[in-house]
Amino acid sequence: MAHMELLDPLQTAQSWKQQGRNVAIATVMETWGSAPRPAGSHLVIDADGNFEGSVSGGCVEGAVITEAIDIIQSGAAKMLEFGVADETAWQVGLSCGGRIRIYVERLL
Amino acid sequence: MDLSTLQQLNAARDARRAVALVTDLGDGRGMAITEGETMPEALAASVATAFLTGKAVTADIDGRSVFINAYLPPPRIVVIGAVHISQALAQLAPVTGYDLTIIDPRTAFATPERFAGVDLIAEWPEDALRARPLDSYTAVAAVTHDPKIDDFALSAALSAGCFYVGALGSRKTHAKRVERLVALGHSQAEIARISAPIGLDIGAASPAEIALATLGDIVRAFRRRSLASGQGDA
Repeated sequence: MAHMELLDPLQTAQSWKQQGRNVAIATVMETWGSAPRPAGSHLVIDADGNFEGSVSGGCVEGAVITEAIDIIQSGAAKMLEFGVADETAWQVGLSCGGRIRIYVERLL
Repeated sequence: MDLSTLQQLNAARDARRAVALVTDLGDGRGMAITEGETMPEALAASVATAFLTGKAVTADIDGRSVFINAYLPPPRIVVIGAVHISQALAQLAPVTGYDLTIIDPRTAFATPERFAGVDLIAEWPEDALRARPLDSYTAVAAVTHDPKIDDFALSAALSAGCFYVGALGSRKTHAKRVERLVALGHSQAEIARISAPIGLDIGAASPAEIALATLGDIVRAFRRRSLASGQGDA
């Protein structure tokens, strides 16, 4: 009985870092309404855009990965917020109608 | 967070220990706190709540905004005895999100036919538990009625601080069991943690009802476990 998922984002982040890769960790801070992943969920990203884990049902991962690559370069952590999909933000909205706040930091 | 904090966090999770990551959202610094470890006084109440609920929260500590993320080992149930009650328990446990393992050295009982899709180990508890030790996020239900099989597991469960320890059998059977556990070196206080007769008192009669009463008892023990000991209230 494996007590940890085969592909665990935090284990992945550790092994990537130990291989000398630069890594960002995105964590769901807060959710409102209907949100697919609870607070505390992780998505880890490397400088080339490889990723493991999830912070939504796939709705905002693309945007988080883009931000994460910037954050790996700048080193400055950032709080991201995503809301209901509308015409101006259709690319990064949550079609489920929820709202989420995601903290993205570089693994030092 | 830095790599050494992440390593601490992953090591605790790998060892099935509850651990919280506290991130200061102002400066980004992370701190891993394993359950039972000393921690800054200001954090104690919020971290304790996170360990109990397993939920991540943002809190205001001394004017600083911090994020507390608790990582709890998934609770699991180890059943000693591949009997009729265990068959029902094996169906009920996954519904509530508990992993379940059944151990019984009697190969006539522990057959894949009777336990399709269930994690079943046809070995003595002495051997099976050596490979996969018990811990405080494990419940043990001993249901064989046979001291040769049940006693070792019950003793190991008390020593490991399992959050629930239950044993099937009448009050008379249990009185004899208490004597044997005392002889094995357990205190009366430890032995009093054993839920016997097993399960909540719902008048359960059939094996399935006893399984339901036992599962209810396990959920109650987990949700009401005290943080200081990591042990259930049973």
